[in-house]
Amino acid sequence: MEDWKRGRAMFATVAAAPLTWLTLFFIIPMAVVWLYSFGTNRGLTDIDISGTLVNYQRALEPLYLGIFAKSLVVAGITTVICLVVGFPVALAIVFSTDRWKPWLLLAIMLPFWTNLLIRTYALMAVLRTEGYANQSIGWLHDRFGSIMPLVGLPAPGAYEPMNLLYNNFAVILGLVYVHLPFMVLPLYAALDRLDRSLIEASLDLGAGHIRTLLAIVAPLAAPGIISGIIITFVPALGAYLTPDLLGGPDSQMIANVIERQFKRANDWPFGAALSFLLMYATFIAIAFQAVKAKQAERRG
Amino acid sequence: MSNLPNLNGITLADLKLGRRSLLQALGVAAVGISFGGLAACSKSGGGTAAGTGEEAKLNFYNWDTYIGETTLADFKAASGIEVNMSLFATNDELFAKLRAGNQGFDVIVPSNDFVERMTQSDLIVPLDHALIPNMKNIDPSFIDVAYDPGRKFSMPYTWLALGIGYRKSKVKARPDSWKVLFDSDEYKGRIALLSEAGDVFRLAGKYLGKSVNALTPEDIKVIEAMLIKQKPNIKAFHEDNGQDLLLSGEVDLVLEYNGDIAQAMTEDPDLDFVLPKEGGQLNSDTLCIPKGAPHPKNAHAFINNLLDAEVGKKISETILYPTPNAAAKALMPDSYKNNPVIFPAADLLAKCEYAAYNPKLQPLYEEAFTRVRAA
Repeated sequence: MEDWKRGRAMFATVAAAPLTWLTLFFIIPMAVVWLYSFGTNRGLTDIDISGTLVNYQRALEPLYLGIFAKSLVVAGITTVICLVVGFPVALAIVFSTDRWKPWLLLAIMLPFWTNLLIRTYALMAVLRTEGYANQSIGWLHDRFGSIMPLVGLPAPGAYEPMNLLYNNFAVILGLVYVHLPFMVLPLYAALDRLDRSLIEASLDLGAGHIRTLLAIVAPLAAPGIISGIIITFVPALGAYLTPDLLGGPDSQMIANVIERQFKRANDWPFGAALSFLLMYATFIAIAFQAVKAKQAERRG
Repeated sequence: MSNLPNLNGITLADLKLGRRSLLQALGVAAVGISFGGLAACSKSGGGTAAGTGEEAKLNFYNWDTYIGETTLADFKAASGIEVNMSLFATNDELFAKLRAGNQGFDVIVPSNDFVERMTQSDLIVPLDHALIPNMKNIDPSFIDVAYDPGRKFSMPYTWLALGIGYRKSKVKARPDSWKVLFDSDEYKGRIALLSEAGDVFRLAGKYLGKSVNALTPEDIKVIEAMLIKQKPNIKAFHEDNGQDLLLSGEVDLVLEYNGDIAQAMTEDPDLDFVLPKEGGQLNSDTLCIPKGAPHPKNAHAFINNLLDAEVGKKISETILYPTPNAAAKALMPDSYKNNPVIFPAADLLAKCEYAAYNPKLQPLYEEAFTRVRAA
């Protein structure tokens, strides 16, 4: 590796393309939207960047803070379920034979090849009142119902289809379904590099399986767990298609509200303020963490 | 890039922080990429269309399932102009796309209130009536409308009425009042409302005996309270796919457009539609030419073609929406002309109104709707 200070021309050539890309398609457009968040609507299509803070004031009203909180809770639950379900899956792939590994990884990644919209509609077909889930459970219900009088139990009533779609349960199920691969893949990458002899040592020295998992495997896989949590939580927080299609009357998340500002409400400044509020929160969290880490370093 | 004339003429003066011009300036590259394909294929088109002197291409931006099966092919056979149709799902999508600069569309299909919005924001151009002789086919009652007096900017394509679509076997009586949707637990958990703040609030206002264009902020508060009370009875807010929710048995009553239910009724005879006795809200989808259209002459020829009696008949046969085209309607069979779903009774229609675009109230509707959904 050459020092970049010595190879400046080389560094500039390599960095130019991504930097231009980042500036043109990310920083400049984001800066424009950021400016909008300090603007006022003048007529239907013009925004006056007046430096007003009215949009932020409105975004901090209890109504919108409540929706922020709800989105955080939904994304949090999704992330926890993904971690609990994804961890054993990643472990199973790590400990499977070399012949099976690529196939299991393929099975995890396969859904990525299908558009999110199609997958969501497929889930709707499963969860509908007259969908496959209710049909299958209804079939089992009827079968076992006909056996029950034979063994002396009263026959159950007719099957009442469950409400699986258009509620918060459906939203979380849909988010877990979509984001599970985001959790499994970094976990797999972290666990695969794990030194197996440490696990053997732990077991030899008398720790149980659970204790080995919590005291040895989990800390060693921590970087994978953290990156898994981040790349699951962040997109889940901004989810908008899933709550839109699977959610009920009260399943709106912050992204749905932001979308409405840019489309139906035609209030871009307010939509921009709502979007950037989320970003400020992330920046503050990152800065806070950095300060903490520095403090810990100094103490250590 | 002949498709992007409005992007080429950017001067420094345009670069004030106006939303449109700024996005145009910054979006040149992005637009160039996404519509490079479109521009390229219009160039390779070669031949010019008979009569218009423009290249034989036309970019049509339409709703889904909103054209006759052979309409575009027939038009190509008659004029030599190849129509490239893309689809939008909501007026907001159309508006949001066009205000960032016309990306090459020649003919668009906005609804009445968006004709007002686009006229005010200078996004559509006046039509040359001399190039649209088939305007004579339009029912005279559709010419002098409040949202476009004298039809300077738009030609009516269809009209539609919001009402209640329902499953006949699942209701006790014909649900002929908005009460069942907005103010009653009779059909708890079997109702889906349209996810359009303005429409929901205006129609709830209609239930309370108000004109859809005369709601006040106080009325909106009253309606908001009523909807929050009603929310536990509502199963979903749908994205204009109420007919699918009815067909799949997910709900039994939906707030939907009559044409959508008429289409679904051909698949499932157990469905029906009622225009509530309090009256409802009318909409009209119209044909317009956006500013900066690359083929304005072709666009006029196409609009004229769509207003032709035979062509209009074929479109109506497919889409089953009410047509404002009197000559086309005359050619249609009785099953269409006398269908009470497509053409509700005149006394009911008399109680319906077109909703005017109200820039003051729209944000209030939206915020109240957000509160209803968050409650």
